[in-house]
Amino acid sequence: MQNNLLGVLKEHENKLLAIWSQILLESGSGDGAMEEEESKEFASLFLNALAKSDDNDTHEFEKVQDLIVGISSSRGKRGFSPRENAQYLISFKEACSKILSELITDPATLYDANLKLNAILDDMTIMTFEAFMRGREDIISRQVDEISEISTPVITVWEGIVALPIIGTLDSSRTQVVMESLLQQIVDTGSSIAILDISGVPAVDSLVAQHLIKTVSATRLMGAECIISGIRPEIAQTVVHLGIDLSGITTKASLASALQTAFDMLQLAVVKRKKIVE
Amino acid sequence: MERIPILKMGDFLLVTIQVDLYDQLAENLESDLINTISKHSSKGVLIDISAVSIIDSFMGRILGNIAVMSKILDAQTVVVGMQPAVAITLVELGLSLNGVLSALNVERGMDLLRSRMHTSDNEELEYDDDNE
Repeated sequence: MQNNLLGVLKEHENKLLAIWSQILLESGSGDGAMEEEESKEFASLFLNALAKSDDNDTHEFEKVQDLIVGISSSRGKRGFSPRENAQYLISFKEACSKILSELITDPATLYDANLKLNAILDDMTIMTFEAFMRGREDIISRQVDEISEISTPVITVWEGIVALPIIGTLDSSRTQVVMESLLQQIVDTGSSIAILDISGVPAVDSLVAQHLIKTVSATRLMGAECIISGIRPEIAQTVVHLGIDLSGITTKASLASALQTAFDMLQLAVVKRKKIVE
Repeated sequence: MERIPILKMGDFLLVTIQVDLYDQLAENLESDLINTISKHSSKGVLIDISAVSIIDSFMGRILGNIAVMSKILDAQTVVVGMQPAVAITLVELGLSLNGVLSALNVERGMDLLRSRMHTSDNEELEYDDDNE
């Protein structure tokens, strides 16, 4: 009975492909010629595996699974919607059932055949979904890496003063990068004052404040002083409402006043030069 | 037995830790250092940990202890050359080493000790980090 189902499908590979692509077209997700190659490869591999496998031997399907996982993760990266991705395998199942119902007349056999087919293909659909999500997640995590790499520039503003303007939301992993690059820069430049400018940070919650306090403590342990600047009125309000104690930290409203404080600490003064009259 | 050398430089003691500290070594250092302070009645201790790449809570506590003990014996402790990774670890462990002064390198640490000496000659000042 099993061989019946499998043999039958193998013989009608071309017809199956035709029905499948038609269903895909009708559902509105089967555009692009490059899918044809994939689909052909998948169909023949799948049918071969079906023909070879006896009983519930899943070994034969590993290759097919690898292929479909590859297909859907690449589709995920190419920006297909989850619906289109799921439709791909579901319509294949539909095509298979269609052919089976044409060829097998006995209801009991047909039912068994469909059941088996469903079991195999449903399993694969789940896998496609996982692979699809993983493809998307890969992109996201790569972008996160890129953002955190480009978003922590440490600037030497003066001899002995480094500044780090933070733009965008601060989360744990990003603060870690910020802290590390700031501390490393302090060691590299031998600076004794670090200015942390948070004018580009949209919101501060207790966790972010905690991270800022940690960064300040770490710079102090290294023997440098840390000034936090660019605190907007809303952030000052939030900090007070959250009951966060920033009293041990030097805070300034703007980068300019932080720089002024830094100059004071280093006993430097910026003076206006007298105009030389000829 | 392995020991960390303690060098006397005038009123100050200089300790450079060049190996990764294990617990016994750290405890020995603590007692040696305190004994040396009281022997020479030193005014300052400079501990260079620039070669220390790993630190744990025990080591952090030892450093804090040394600072407090020295303070009792009227000596100021300065820790210099802390690595970024070590600083992060200490902060994550919740040890902010209160009472320990920090400096970026030995040179600045010495300057800091000297300036502390001058201020404490005139008058005992409260612990104030902003005042260099």
